[in-house]
Amino acid sequence: MIRLLFAALMTLATTAQAETVRLAVTTSFQNSGLSDVMLPQIKADTGLVVELLVVGTGQALRLGEAGDVDAILVHSKAAEEEFVAAGFGTHRREIMYNDFVVIGPASDPADVTNQQTAAASLKVIAATQAPFVSRGDNSGTHKKERALWQATGLLTEDLGDWYKEVGAGMGAALNTAAGLDAYILSDRASWLNFGNKRELAMLFAGDPALFNQYAFIPVNSALQPHVNAQAVATLENWLVSDAARAVIAGYTINGETLFTFGAP
Amino acid sequence: MTDIWAGLASAFWLVVSLDADLVDITLRSLQVSLTALLIASLIALPFGTWLAIRRFRFRRATIAALNALMGLPPVVVGLIVYLLLSRSGPFGVLGLLFTPTAMIIAQVIIITPLIASITHQAMRELWAEYHDLLISLNTSNWQRIRTLIFDGRRALLTASLAGFGRAIGEVGAIMIVGGNIDQATRVLTTAIALETGKGDFALALGLGFVLIALALLVNFAIHVLSRTEREGRW
Repeated sequence: MIRLLFAALMTLATTAQAETVRLAVTTSFQNSGLSDVMLPQIKADTGLVVELLVVGTGQALRLGEAGDVDAILVHSKAAEEEFVAAGFGTHRREIMYNDFVVIGPASDPADVTNQQTAAASLKVIAATQAPFVSRGDNSGTHKKERALWQATGLLTEDLGDWYKEVGAGMGAALNTAAGLDAYILSDRASWLNFGNKRELAMLFAGDPALFNQYAFIPVNSALQPHVNAQAVATLENWLVSDAARAVIAGYTINGETLFTFGAP
Repeated sequence: MTDIWAGLASAFWLVVSLDADLVDITLRSLQVSLTALLIASLIALPFGTWLAIRRFRFRRATIAALNALMGLPPVVVGLIVYLLLSRSGPFGVLGLLFTPTAMIIAQVIIITPLIASITHQAMRELWAEYHDLLISLNTSNWQRIRTLIFDGRRALLTASLAGFGRAIGEVGAIMIVGGNIDQATRVLTTAIALETGKGDFALALGLGFVLIALALLVNFAIHVLSRTEREGRW
């Protein structure tokens, strides 16, 4: 009986194989909803099926290093340059950008809204010891947050119980922050598309230090011979084409643009 | 409470409208977990029975190890299978990572000890009953195993269904080795994790109810098809 059922399922499961590219992307690329409109367009324009592995930047780089994906799309410049310098990727191509924002309870007990810089806003959160949720997963957002803490001169290891490292993706971390009424650093796109905002609101944005660039890196096919370099090049060319510009610029939530094409 | 009602409503609409994505991931869930169940049963049922009838030196240790492995953390299994199947791992050339096959491998590893352990418990008692008869008939080991498996099929069904339950609801391992790729390796549990991450609790809960309904349906189907709990049948 189980055999019969299995046979039936296998016949259902066998589908024609199109040319596929495996792309490891940061959680924000998917949590923002951009991938849902971009992938069908890529399929229509180039015939490529892009298989997304949604992970943090740290894990994406690790997957690229092992050759388990064909290319990566991440947002942590220093780590990316290191990756390319080590020869794991061929080059780094800047695709789009937006910014990070400080999210927190609408009542804003730490008075983040009236600060001038991102570092200053973290400082007042530390001073009031209001709960703060950190990604803690070595992702691009987490790296950015650590850099900001460094700018304040405070060591994250020395922060008290109010500093909570959850070790999760952007969405899961936002859920935790919503439950705790805590402050959190998020990329703008994930925040806008997030469905469980509760008492949270965007409190601080606009500091140049919060700039967030996304870049595409093909995995080095000299190291990983199974990588389909030609398909990856097709994908890269699409990502910097006018078609991509239209998709990225046209993707809005409540009238707000989430990403800007290219690099400033 | 409103979230739960919204979840129920969302589950209802997903099922009523036969949402194409839902059908796709549900069938994949079934395909992966039923295949894993089949393979794990083929290994675990004879092995558990063999453990019940054979006396050998490390039997106690084997049984203790098997019982301990019932609690094998799926995320660790996932990580180990990932490292083995990764392009930089020993089986990388097979290119199995991020495919349903990788997910099946991980689930087989997770549920085989569970099925074998429950099988062993059930078969030990049956063997106590059958011991004298089967010994006196001078049966071979293989004949004894077959007899016990056939006569103990109802207990074994329970063992298998417990394995299926663990497989279909498992998320830690298949998230790592499958990668939750849309249209390729996304199953119900990983889709629920994804929707929760997006903060779309209604859809996540809706998928959860579909998963629970599916587990019930499979259990009922197997009971009906194997005609247990019927009058005149054991």
